[in-house]
Order: sequence, then structure tokens, then C-alpha cells
Amino acid sequence: MRRLKRNWQPLLASTLTAISAAWLPLTLPGAPVPIQGMTIALLLLAAALNVILTLEDRGHAVRAGVLFIGAHISAGMLLSGLDGNEGQMSASFFLMIAASWLLAWGTVSELAQIEPRSSAARSFLRLLIPAIFGVWILIIWEAITRGAGIPFILLPPPSAIGARIAGSVATLWADVQQTIFKAVLFGYVVGCASGFAVAILADRFAFLRRGLIPIGNMVSALPIIGVAPIMVMWFGFDWQSKAAVVIIMTFFPMLVNTVAGLATAGSMERDLMRSYASDYWQTLIKLRLPAAMPFIFNALKINSTLALIGAIVAEFFGTPIVGMGFRISTEIGRMNVDMVWAEIAVAALIGSVFYGVVALVERATTFWHPSNRGG
Amino acid sequence: MSVTPPSVVSARKLGLTFQTGDGPVHALSNVDLEVRKGDFVSFIGPSGCGKTTFLRVIADLEKNTDGEITVNGMTPEEARKSRSYGYVFQAPALYPWRTIEKNVALPLEIMGHSAAERAKRIERTLDLVNLSGFGKKYPWQLSGGMQQRASIARALAFDADLLLMDEPFGALDEIVRDHLNAQLLKLWARTEKTICFVTHSIPEAVYLSTRIVVMSPRPGRVTDVIESTLPKERPLEIRETPEFLEIAHRVREGLRAGHSYEE
Ligand SMILES: Nc1ncnc2c1ncn2[C@@H]1O[C@H](COP(=O)(O)OP(=O)(O)OP(=O)(O)O)[C@@H](O)[C@H]1O
Ligand SMILES: [Mg+2]
Repeated sequence: MRRLKRNWQPLLASTLTAISAAWLPLTLPGAPVPIQGMTIALLLLAAALNVILTLEDRGHAVRAGVLFIGAHISAGMLLSGLDGNEGQMSASFFLMIAASWLLAWGTVSELAQIEPRSSAARSFLRLLIPAIFGVWILIIWEAITRGAGIPFILLPPPSAIGARIAGSVATLWADVQQTIFKAVLFGYVVGCASGFAVAILADRFAFLRRGLIPIGNMVSALPIIGVAPIMVMWFGFDWQSKAAVVIIMTFFPMLVNTVAGLATAGSMERDLMRSYASDYWQTLIKLRLPAAMPFIFNALKINSTLALIGAIVAEFFGTPIVGMGFRISTEIGRMNVDMVWAEIAVAALIGSVFYGVVALVERATTFWHPSNRGG
Repeated sequence: MSVTPPSVVSARKLGLTFQTGDGPVHALSNVDLEVRKGDFVSFIGPSGCGKTTFLRVIADLEKNTDGEITVNGMTPEEARKSRSYGYVFQAPALYPWRTIEKNVALPLEIMGHSAAERAKRIERTLDLVNLSGFGKKYPWQLSGGMQQRASIARALAFDADLLLMDEPFGALDEIVRDHLNAQLLKLWARTEKTICFVTHSIPEAVYLSTRIVVMSPRPGRVTDVIESTLPKERPLEIRETPEFLEIAHRVREGLRAGHSYEE
């Protein structure tokens, strides 16, 4: 029973392989490049080997390694069998993909049980597990889109998107420079900084706070992206109008969060400052701003996402002939969906890096906060 | 002997009424008290009798609504602005983003001491509360008792003549408490500070004080002031002497009388 529990992924994988072997061939009748018996035999062998080896009581690392190799060799062979057979794969092929995927699942569950001693190994594992996850999303995406012949317009396979990225590095780079380095970064810095500055003013002058915060809360809930066409009319087609959209989008979250953060310092901590006859600015810098840091970083993280969305969508409303949003809107019109996906992939990558950098700085700055201690 | 030391805190018919949602709360009423330089005055009384409130009025963290009070001959506000007291709160209230030594440095930074002066005072005060070697730790890495000692070090760092301490040892175990009591007495004898000390413990009050102020609630007022006849030099064993027990007994009687008022 324990054995079964430990080995259910490879066991099920070999069952699926056996079923698909009974259901051969891998391609539908009339496929242009039928797959030879050799491939199938190898696949069978790989799965069988896996089962035999993993049934033995070996360490997690060994089992994970064997499962990993089995899963990815068979997946690689299956995907290479797709060439020329787009839309011509039979149920047997998908069963084999499922079997390989089960082996990958087995790999991850073995990896998750490894308790590494060195911290280098720990961080390697922390990266490896999500990487295997990500790769399998791509493998299944590739197998389904090409194997079942999903129209290119609806969903291009990742290999085509990858090829497109590799083939259009210059264009993508120009778009990134226009959208990210000009509109997003400028807008983000100015929007966050002015939101912060106004928050300090609102804190100092009660009338500003009473007037601005309710408006800020309301505006934060509005789809501000709607002002994009107006900004284009005000500031022209170039990046300045996109930066303006980003500024408007990031300003209010920063304002509202900073004001809320400045109110979090406890009454005893404030009384302490009062007992030292500390003035407004000393109390602000030594107590209230440090206490507000978790809130401020919250705004910085929200804004990193908002800035990217704002700049890209704002470009839909008119730009010079460069920029990520411009590229997306024109290439979709020309049915070049692979280019659209390429831009989306680049935007996703930049968005994650942006967010990740802010999160790292946050960890270093608010290490003292109960949610970060000990981590 | 005949020269009376100058008055540090002087309260005349002091009263404070909080206006709350469900009517006024008389936290203090008709408090007359004279604290002289070098006194160690303990405040004892049931919960809610206004001990914290009285300390906060002295510290200008709360404004009296009746009567008069002077601190060092000034209004509490002037006294606060001239940084004449150090306040130890009921909780440590250390800033978690600062290390222990930076926490102790906080009042020094605000009062504009030089870096060299700060380093010197940090070392001295941490030594005083037995925390040398913990200066680089963060507050959350220390036990509750160590945190409270750090907060005492912070109040001592800038050498105010008046120390206001609100149940500083309330959350500590007996042994640590004994130890800190003895240290506090030594510190008091050495520095000739004036100390106002709130506590719930009768032995602690008797052991430490030159005067014990017994308070009772609703409205918060002073019901008895007991002068201690114990010598200034007090080893921990003094707590078993008949003289000590006699004073403790009087404090207990005073507290009982206050309590019976409620029934
Ligand atoms: N800010 C406030 N607003 C309204 N009422 C208050 C306020 N602070 C204190 N009180 C009331 O004043 C009374 C005295 O409170 P205080 O905190 O001085 O008591 P205490 O003697 O220190 O009690 P404990 O021993 O529990 O600390 C209580 O009835 C309390 O409810
Ligand atoms: Mg109290």
C-alpha cells in the first residue's frame, strides 16, 4: 500500500503507456510523416525502466533524477514527432503526453521531499520546482496546439512564439525602450514620488487630508485608463502622454497608502516622541515613516503592475510607430498573433522582474515587520 | 536636616475628567501631592484608580481639568519642552526597525547629542541595565524582560532628573524583578534622581520607596500617604524584617479601606 502510494505517478504512467501502445499508431490515418515503431519502443522502455527503478527504495534525489530523465526524454521525443504531423495526432499520442506529465509530477513530488543541507542547494531547489512547472505548461501547450491542430490565430504554439521573439529582437527592444524605459519608468517614479509628497502635505494640513483622501479612495476604484485618449490629446502621441496616464494611475494608490501608513504608529510610540519634545519632522522621520514602510511598499508593488498596464493600454489610443501597446494593436490587426504573444511574453517577463525587484527591496527595508521576520 | 529639598512635582486639588461617550469619567479628583527632589514615590492602588493618568499629567501627555500642577516649578508643558523627565511606559515600546543601541540613541538623536557622546551614553546605560553585548540585537530578538530593561536604558540615556515609571516590571518573573528592583535602588542612590513609580505589588512599593501613595478609584484620589522609615541602604533581606512587614501591613490596610468604598 505504501509502495503504491509512493509510486502512483509512475505506475499510472506505465498503465497509460500500455493503453496507448494497444491503441497505436500515434498519428491519425493519413498523417504525412507516420512515426516509426522505434520511437514507441523507446518510449515504452523509458516508462518501464522508470517503474522498475523507482519501485526500489532509493533516496528522493535518485528517484527524482530518474523520473526527470524519463519524463523529459519521452516528452522530447513525442514533441519531435509532431513535425509535419500538425493536427494529425491520435488519442494514443495524448495518452503518452499525459504519461510523461505524470512522470514529471512524480519528479516534483520527490524533489519537494528533499531537505537540502546547504543553502545553495535549497535556493536551487526553490528555483527548480517552479521551473519544471513552467516548462510543463509550455510542453502541454505545445502538444495540444500542434497535436490537435488548434488554429494559429486562436493560440500559437510556444515554439512559434519563441521563434518570433528570437527573430524580432531588434523590434522588441525598440518597443521596450519606448514603453518601459520612457513611459513606465518615468511615470512610475513621478507618480509614486508625487503621491508620496502630497501624502506628507495632506498629513501636515488637515484640510488637504479631509478633501483629498475621499477623492483618492474614489479615484483608486475608477478605471482611470479611460483618460488615455484625453492624455493623448493633451500631451501628443509620443511617450509623454503614456507617462501622464501612468502618473495618474500610480498617484492615488501611493497617496492613499502613505496616508494610511502614517496613521499606523501606535499611541505609546507617539507619546514617547512627545515626551522627548520631538518636533513634527523628527517624529515623522524617526517614527511615522518607518512605521508606514509596509504600506508604502504595498503601493509600490501595486503601482509596478498598474504602470505596465497603463502604459501598454494607453498606446492603443495612438502612438508613434513604436511601443509595446502599439505593436500589439497593429499586429493583431494583421493577424500576426505570434508577434502579439511575443510582446505579451516580454511584458510578463519585465513585469515579474519589476515586481521582484520592488519585493526584494521591501524585504531588505521592512525586515523588522512581523510578516518578514525569521524569513 | 532642616533644609527641605526643592519641590519637583507639586499638585494642588488636581482633577481630571475624561468626557466619554457614556458620560464623564473622573479619573482624578482632589489630588494634593508634593514630590521633593530625591524622593522615591510609589503609587499603588486598584486597577483604574488613575495611577497612569496621574503620571501622564505630570508628563504633559494629558491635561488636568481642575486644580494646579507644577513640575520643577514650571507647567508640565514647559517641563516637557525642557526635557526634564524620562518616561518608562507600561510596555517597552521599542521601535522594531532599530537595534537596541539605536533605540537607546533615539532620545539622544532628537536632543542633538553628538555621535561620540551618544556612543558613550549608550555604553554606559546598557551597562547599567545589564544589557552590554545586546546592543546590536533587534528588540524582537530579546525576551520581554530584556526589552523592558532596554526601555529603562532609553529613559536613563539623557539624564533627566525625574523618572516616571509606569509598572515597568509588571510583566517580569519574581527573580528578575528582585534583581531589577535592587539595581533600580542602587541607581537611584547613586544618581539622586527623583522617581515616581507605579506598581501593583505591595512588597515592591515598600522595598523601593521613601513614600507610598495609596490611591482608590471612582473617583481616582489619594487615600493615604505612607512615609517609609526604612534606611536608604536596603539589601533584599530587609523584606523579612518586622519594620518592613509593618509598613507593608499599613499599605495593605490603606488599600482595603479604598476597596471597601466600592461596596
Ligand atoms: N483616554 C481616556 N479616555 C477616557 N477614559 C480614560 C482614558 N484614560 C483613562 N481613562 C479612565 O480613567 C480611569 C483611570 O485610568 P488609569 O489608566 O489612570 O488607571 P490605572 O490606575 O493606571 O489602572 P491600571 O492599574 O489598570 O493600569 C479609568 O477608569 C479609565 O477608564
Ligand atoms: Mg496604568
